[in-house]
Amino acid sequence: MSVIVLIPLAAVLVNATSQGLGGFWSSVTGGVALTALAVTLGASLVVAAIGAMMGTLVAWVLVRDSFPGRRLVNALIDLPFALPTIVAGLTLIALYGPRSPVGVHLVYTRAAVLVALMFVTLPFVVRSVQPVLIELDREVEEAAASLGASNATTFRRVVLPALRPAILSGAALAFARSVGEFGSLVLLAGKVQIASIVIYADIESDATQSAASLSVVLLAVSLIVLFLLRRWGASGAR
Amino acid sequence: MRIEVRGISKRFGDFTALDDVTLEVGEGSLTALLGPSGSGKSTLLRIVAGLESPDAGAVLIDGADVTAARPQERGIGFVFQHYAAFTHMSVRENVAFGLRIRKYSRAEVRARVHELLSLVGLTTWAQQLPAQLSGGQRQRMALARALAVEPRVLLLDEPFGALDANVRAELRRWLRRLHDEQGVTTVLVTHDQEEAMEVADSIAVMNAGRIEQVGSPREVYDSPATDFVMGFLGPVSRIAGRLVRPHDVSVSLISSDGAIEAMVTRVVHLGFEVRIELELGSGEPARAQLTRSQTEQLELARGDIVYVRPPQASLEPAASAPLTA
Amino acid sequence: MRVSRRAELSLRAVALLYLAVLLLLPLGVVFARTFEHGFGTAWGWITTPAAISAFWLTVTIAAIAVPLNTIFGIGCALVLVRGKGRGRRLLDTLIDLPFVVSPVIVGLALVLVYGETGWFGNWFLRHGIRIIYAPTGMVLATLFVSLPFVVREVAPVLMEVGDEQEQAAATLGASAWQTFWRVTLPAIRWGVAYGVVLTTARALGEIGAVAVVSSNVAGSTLTLPLLVYQRDSQIGPQAITSAYAAGTELAVMSLIVLLAMTVLAPKGAKTR
Repeated sequence: MSVIVLIPLAAVLVNATSQGLGGFWSSVTGGVALTALAVTLGASLVVAAIGAMMGTLVAWVLVRDSFPGRRLVNALIDLPFALPTIVAGLTLIALYGPRSPVGVHLVYTRAAVLVALMFVTLPFVVRSVQPVLIELDREVEEAAASLGASNATTFRRVVLPALRPAILSGAALAFARSVGEFGSLVLLAGKVQIASIVIYADIESDATQSAASLSVVLLAVSLIVLFLLRRWGASGAR
Repeated sequence: MRIEVRGISKRFGDFTALDDVTLEVGEGSLTALLGPSGSGKSTLLRIVAGLESPDAGAVLIDGADVTAARPQERGIGFVFQHYAAFTHMSVRENVAFGLRIRKYSRAEVRARVHELLSLVGLTTWAQQLPAQLSGGQRQRMALARALAVEPRVLLLDEPFGALDANVRAELRRWLRRLHDEQGVTTVLVTHDQEEAMEVADSIAVMNAGRIEQVGSPREVYDSPATDFVMGFLGPVSRIAGRLVRPHDVSVSLISSDGAIEAMVTRVVHLGFEVRIELELGSGEPARAQLTRSQTEQLELARGDIVYVRPPQASLEPAASAPLTA
Repeated sequence: MRVSRRAELSLRAVALLYLAVLLLLPLGVVFARTFEHGFGTAWGWITTPAAISAFWLTVTIAAIAVPLNTIFGIGCALVLVRGKGRGRRLLDTLIDLPFVVSPVIVGLALVLVYGETGWFGNWFLRHGIRIIYAPTGMVLATLFVSLPFVVREVAPVLMEVGDEQEQAAATLGASAWQTFWRVTLPAIRWGVAYGVVLTTARALGEIGAVAVVSSNVAGSTLTLPLLVYQRDSQIGPQAITSAYAAGTELAVMSLIVLLAMTVLAPKGAKTR
């Protein structure tokens, strides 16, 4: 296991600092690197936030509502898991690119990046929240209603707190995934600077040390998210 | 097949489960390890089985030291409280499991499984999955499975604990009959003193990791070695500094030497007998058990003042008792 | 909560509309575009020599990576759930790494270690083993990124099943291997199946790490996802259509996998 996981990652760290800490710092703050980091992190946060909201809504509808075709829709949620990311990017180009059938031209803009990331991260929050929603004790909500609470209040004070760990962990996963996403973005990012694409470009042009440095920053972000996830996972309902 | 444990101690972190326990189980006997939760009885059983290893001490089966041996090598049969059925195998395959492991021929497996299924009354259920069986049936299957490989020793860990009261009672009697027929040395763990008394030849009463007394059901009930044993085997009240069984309490309307004043707080008619709940002068509760005619004679009602006395014959707990079954 | 009919319907509408626009619409357009010039043209695009070898390379890599990760995954799950010892928490964290590390970083890491100038690269090259810019490296990359799925699906099942059945098997005389084969494995088989499906989906679709490690040479190191990328990057009106065709091929493959996922998914799907 170390052969495949640890040693290679260690090599990245070593290479990043192969020109000393100064070299590391300048690689990370120079040129497009900083912009790419800012854009990537920003987009990921937005996607995580929107995903948390919409994901919870979708999970709610899937669990509490019933309509013909619900099972099909439920299955569809896993589509972004099953579909190769490059194909996801391709489909978004088809829809929002120059030859868009609905006349929407988002490609090569930040909006396109957001849409791609939302596609890719859809299942995380939904699948995280669903089991918790299913297990939720309806009697607690009924008790709140019998005590006079409106639906909004019940949702805010009874349901949401119970769902919070699941929503957070789903959103954190969505964030982590977005930060590193490559396949769906590489075709439609255009001028928008994405960290993973910058790393790729650096590798292809043999600027290994810059690639490694930026990678280390991304890795650090990922590890922080990983630790946060474990802490929330431990304290939340499991 | 004799079982001997010598000086067994076991700790889980800070908790001492067993403290220098020594016990002998005679060949062919049905011994109950009786005690409350946390007394160490399950741990002791699992150590005999080899599912746990002791921190100190030895386990001997038929004189041979098996302390270091794995469960597979000890020739034991084990029945779990929650059946531990192989959920993906049919009843027949469950029972056949041990035989298949030992590479019995197909014909032998078939014959033996049939024999056992008849023994436990599950022949018509042979093809079913455990999930389709009731709890009692699952436990009978588990027993058949354990007996299939002709173990030297049969170990049962609260086998009826997960079952309904009436199923429990029925299986209890059935187990006793099975033992009388098969004669395998059996050790049964239970917290139910009624079960132990009804089923076992010999009872080892355990508390907080130690054995308090070993004896026949009559011995431990009539001559308890310690206060704990007395209190665990049946209800007791403390009257005039002694522990007394409700059916040994003398209730009278007239005071006498050595009698304590008490007030009747409740008269409960339990069909054939009557339970009198009392409050002693000191404020402590006590209980007496009388027949219906006795109660009628005394015309007992709530609020009456009576005088209670332990029986003349002393029921003092003995200072020490032997620890062999 | 008793939600009012109106609220229920509006929630439902919002959710379904969101899903339709986000998921279905793009896919629909790709399918439409693929067959715009007729089924024959589309078929032609996916039966070029490059496309056919790309298909087989993708399938082959998956065929190697999935069984390896399955065995590894079951073993890991056993260690995590039934094992004792300190290293388990570390193992648990390590297993989640592929979920959060960007695939291009994975590719970079592999190049730095197994590439020509990498830590071990020289040793391998001297023994005639080419890892980077060769299928072997692509297998390694795919192994990394699809590592966690089997473990993460099997571990909860193992935990839920509990080890009493295994204890019972021991008392009945079964050796460790017999217990695993006859008792443990059947008990976890649905978790394994679902994990395998997830692993397969990931392996088929991998592009980030593989793009770095591959030399993009059709016939030897060009997988189907890479082919899509390559075609889309080309200039010319045919480029995008040929890309769509290959993309549709991949989409169909993944829809089959999606079907398997749906059939095997545990209630409520605790997937990541």
